[in-house]
Amino acid sequence: MNLAKIAIVYRKELKDALRDRRTVISMIVVPIFLMPVLTIFVGVLSARLIGRAFQQVPAVMIIGGEDSPQILAALRARSDIQMVPPASDYAQQIIDKKIRAAVELPPDFDDIIARGDTAKIRIDMYQDEINSESSAAKLQEFFRDFREDAIRQRLADRHLPENLAEPLVVQESNVAPPEKVSGVVLGGLVPYFVIILSLTGAMYPAMDLTVGEKERGTIETILCSPISRVSLVLGKFFLVLTASLATTALAIASMGLTLAAAGKMVGGLPQVSRTALQFQITPTAVIWVFVMIVPLAVLFSAALLAISLFAKSFKEAQSYLSPLTIVVIAPAIVSVLPGVELNARLSLVPILNTSLVSKEIVSGTYHWNYIALIFASSCVYAAAALWLAVRLFQREDVLFRI
Amino acid sequence: MIVAENLGKDFRVKHRGVIHAVENLSFSCTPGRVYGLLGANGAGKTTALRLLATILTPSSGTARVAGFDIRQKPEKARQSLGFLSTATALYGRLTALEVVEYFGCLHGLDQASARRRTLALFERLDISAFRDRRCEDLSTGMKQRVSIARTLVHDPPVMIFDEPTSGLDVISARTIVGFIRECRESGKTVVFSTHVMSEAAKLCDTIGIIHDGRLLAEGSLRELQDRYGHTDLEEIFVQVVGG
Repeated sequence: MNLAKIAIVYRKELKDALRDRRTVISMIVVPIFLMPVLTIFVGVLSARLIGRAFQQVPAVMIIGGEDSPQILAALRARSDIQMVPPASDYAQQIIDKKIRAAVELPPDFDDIIARGDTAKIRIDMYQDEINSESSAAKLQEFFRDFREDAIRQRLADRHLPENLAEPLVVQESNVAPPEKVSGVVLGGLVPYFVIILSLTGAMYPAMDLTVGEKERGTIETILCSPISRVSLVLGKFFLVLTASLATTALAIASMGLTLAAAGKMVGGLPQVSRTALQFQITPTAVIWVFVMIVPLAVLFSAALLAISLFAKSFKEAQSYLSPLTIVVIAPAIVSVLPGVELNARLSLVPILNTSLVSKEIVSGTYHWNYIALIFASSCVYAAAALWLAVRLFQREDVLFRI
Repeated sequence: MIVAENLGKDFRVKHRGVIHAVENLSFSCTPGRVYGLLGANGAGKTTALRLLATILTPSSGTARVAGFDIRQKPEKARQSLGFLSTATALYGRLTALEVVEYFGCLHGLDQASARRRTLALFERLDISAFRDRRCEDLSTGMKQRVSIARTLVHDPPVMIFDEPTSGLDVISARTIVGFIRECRESGKTVVFSTHVMSEAAKLCDTIGIIHDGRLLAEGSLRELQDRYGHTDLEEIFVQVVGG
């Protein structure tokens, strides 16, 4: 191994890679522009849509209630719903999105309430349709207030205290700092994207530097120069690692800036959509996530180099690497699932461990024992992958696929 | 100087078992002389030259390149040779200047020496006009000249050419043939392979006829003519390989 020659190969590969449009797109353009645009702005857009759905005045149909002027008057008085004349095909109208919801009132509704009996009402809506669900939520809110007023009135009529029907009050109090609260929502997603990008950023350069050299016929040119194969593979490996880490760093920086911008854009949004976007990630967390990603990037870079080198052609390499993407995405997705928490056993599962610990770090929790265990185990996996890549570079049957 | 001693190379091929690509190949070539390996496609020429260039490791036997054993000191051997074939392509996204400088640095030259040597070679090989163009934008003839500069940048005492004119037009092929002659005149040891009889007859001081990985005949053109009773090298070749 010769450090000077490794540096010569690295500098040449860097120059070569930066002139390759496909490498530049995967290493620079995708993390800076595409991923934040896809993630944050789609998030902002959906938040705005949710907000708009709650601000809209939906058309709501009241079925029945002709004999109950009081409830009808109370419903008409609401400015956040627009009552439309009843029709027998109300269900179809909800499905067709002509109206957003319907309320079915029983006969003699006002009398039932006045008598102190229980009236059963039904709210018809289109499940999972955002405008219909927000309309139903408004009606639920109306009838909850109505019920509380009715209870109060009934207690007052019987000269009973107001709190008779309220034996206890349950209060929820959030003790977690804001970054941890928002971290639960978005914290899981950041490592997910960072891990995916650290893989995809390395993928094209790894293929270009190995099977690409085979296809272009430059592998023989470099093999007949006086550089050891260990130095050669390390020079190439460091370039692939650079691409992976550069993609990761750019993605983190870009997402940080985009999140900050998104935070400013939520001012006009209702609280429901604002909470999901007011996500903060501290510089310390950024540094630690990056530190934890480094051994994973080494693992990816070495594994990608080894697999690509094994292929005879670019197409063959792509067919090997596409399933690898799924192998990487699967544990990253598992880490985002609710209830999957970091423990000693999961700390040894590659990719999943980094994803989980990054999620914790982003939400401000630092389990130092797990961090050390995960970093150490990731280093072991990375070293094994690098050893494999070096070994493969010394095998003629792989280099020439004879 | 190149000395090959019982060089052998076996490949294990799926469904075909072990293939002896080169068997007991022994020959030598001294400075200022050209040794030509003449053989049909698949005769083992490329494998033999790849063994000498230490791109492949021998299964048996060994060779010395400029005094360095290819098994013991493969990097030193590579340091002492220039290897050119139609398979040794150039880096398309680098300029001609960058490619040759890169190989100069890999051969141990510092940046300034590599630049100086590259520019001198570019003048000599008439590359200066397109030195800053990317190799992917060069014509086949231009690429061939840059490849020659690449093999010469470290001024090696040994040159190995594997079918260097294969697929080239007449003008480009003449450039290569002229270059091989220059190498001989400047005292370099030259080994080259070809299946073109006229090239072998024109260039080689010694011709080795290789078939199925084995060296079947060796000698100067005159010696081979006397031995086999033909003046035409093609006739001699056919007689030797038993076609």
